[in-house]
Amino acid sequence: MLPFQTVKQFLRDMRHQKLRTFMTMGGILWGTLAIVLLFAFGKGIHKQQIKSQKGLGENIAIVWPGMTTKPWQGLPKGREIRFTEEDVALLKSKVDGIARISPEYSRWNVFMKYGKNEMVQNIIGVWPEFGEMRNLIPEIGGRFINSLDIVQKRRVVFLGDELKSQLLGERPAIGEFILINNVPFQVVGVLKTKKQDSSYNGRDSRKAFIPSSTFTGMYSILYPNNFVVQHAEGGSMESVKDQIYKILGKKYRFDPADEEALGIWDVTEGMKFLTTFFFAFRVFLVGIGIATLITGGIGVSNIMNVVLEERTKEIGIKMALGAKKSLIMGQFIFETLLLTLTGGLIGYLIGVGIVSVMPIFKVEEFIGVPEIDILGTGMAIIVLGMIGLAAGYFPARRASNLQPVEALKLF
Amino acid sequence: MIDMKFVRKKYTTGKIEFEALKGIDLTVGKNEFISVMGPSGSGKSTLMNIMGCLDIPSSGEYLLEGINVRTLSANQLAEVRNQKVGFVFQSFNLLPYATAFENVEIPLLFAGVKARQRRDRVMNLLAQVGLAEKVGNKPTEMSGGEMQRVAIARALANKPNLILADEPTGNLDSKSGGEIINIFRQLWQEGHTIIIITHDQNVAKQTLRTIRLKDGTIDNNGNGSAPL
Repeated sequence: MLPFQTVKQFLRDMRHQKLRTFMTMGGILWGTLAIVLLFAFGKGIHKQQIKSQKGLGENIAIVWPGMTTKPWQGLPKGREIRFTEEDVALLKSKVDGIARISPEYSRWNVFMKYGKNEMVQNIIGVWPEFGEMRNLIPEIGGRFINSLDIVQKRRVVFLGDELKSQLLGERPAIGEFILINNVPFQVVGVLKTKKQDSSYNGRDSRKAFIPSSTFTGMYSILYPNNFVVQHAEGGSMESVKDQIYKILGKKYRFDPADEEALGIWDVTEGMKFLTTFFFAFRVFLVGIGIATLITGGIGVSNIMNVVLEERTKEIGIKMALGAKKSLIMGQFIFETLLLTLTGGLIGYLIGVGIVSVMPIFKVEEFIGVPEIDILGTGMAIIVLGMIGLAAGYFPARRASNLQPVEALKLF
Repeated sequence: MIDMKFVRKKYTTGKIEFEALKGIDLTVGKNEFISVMGPSGSGKSTLMNIMGCLDIPSSGEYLLEGINVRTLSANQLAEVRNQKVGFVFQSFNLLPYATAFENVEIPLLFAGVKARQRRDRVMNLLAQVGLAEKVGNKPTEMSGGEMQRVAIARALANKPNLILADEPTGNLDSKSGGEIINIFRQLWQEGHTIIIITHDQNVAKQTLRTIRLKDGTIDNNGNGSAPL
């Protein structure tokens, strides 16, 4: 029998079994849709998490003064270790693998005023690199603190977007003067709204950033609250941290192995955790997905077994008319494969449709933007094909092993 | 055509063993017109199943056109059924969702006949049985007599020498039944070997030879029956 005729005949047979065809396909359709959506939303949430994490900054660590917990070179434990801006500059020149570093001075509850608007907020004194490290991207028309601001101790300020709205409302802020501690500061930039889900002294959107030199001049302060360091692309934070402990340990005489001498928040560890967590999450999703498809496959196989019962006589007639085993088997496998793959395709397309209309619902902040996962979906398709084959094979083998006379129920 | 030597057929259902044929010796020549009669359970249908290669004997020897059926594989048997035997059943056994045309076409599809030749052949056959107007009708849109004629056309599709009919008029009124028997008579005249299993004395009377079965054996092999 010619393949084309075979296919044509199979399709005709299937057309006459609409309900069955529909129900079989429904199970697989649902399974595929569930998988596509699980993967798409999983990926969306993952990306959203990474983006939020990066809101704080990429490849960075924040270092605070600490207290020694080990005696060292005749000195007792329990000594406070503080560092100066010069130490930060020293680290910048000595540590291999640093991309950027900046001290961070901060003061809470600083009085600020613009026109009649008054408020109390955080003020931060930093180097220009701080902006790039912490993803403080200015809105169009503005800029972050630059090196000239530092050298000339300019009274310029970069405002967080929320703080700007509270002080200046909708008014353009660049070039305006606000009072900080009753000293006029010119606004040079406003933070472009960003996602940030972690912080150490308040969200950047509510802070005012000024040059470190201006800050130390205004408050006569010697010790930064902390510094922020970023390792070079492809480098590792571990090596940077080791060198920081060694250099500051030598200068301030503490054991470089005494981790409490400095408080370090290695943000990259959070990133590593996130990556591991989402890998596990994906494995979990894949597991659920495969289980869903197998359930669907069992459904298909059951239906095909029922079909076999229903169609035993038809098989008998065909055998009496000269149908070979391979043809009977081929028909069953072809039907299940076609049903499985069509169901899968429709499920996939519905999934793609749902994913593509998700942005309309404005839930990006909570679940991110779902995205079709090519790898996951590809795997699902392979599993689906295998399930289709298995679901079709066993009933098909039963069908083709019938004796014509059994199938016709003639005796 | 058919040469059977001590053919036996046993069925086993659980612990119960039942011998449907208890040693059949039978010879059927070319272009015979035969009826097979016997009470229920005498082995008529089993005999037909074996003759038509729907089933194989438990023991004994069966040669169909010189081919020893017991040595054939399942696929070879399928080929024999497709090429050498045409079946007509009491309950027609048409595919319910397929049209008259499609039903007659099935054996040709299995034989790999090309589309154009297939079409011509099906149309000729349906015309031959008087159903040229009903090619597009489904079994549900046809009378019993018409369905049986479709079944006959289907049986003839690959021009088999042997036509086996199991109670072909059993589900038909006497008029339709008569028409069907006339078609068989005509086919016999064209050179086919016709074997009809029947309960109906009137049908048997129209054949040239009547084989009578009783308890799985041949009571009378009908040789020497007077032609009508």
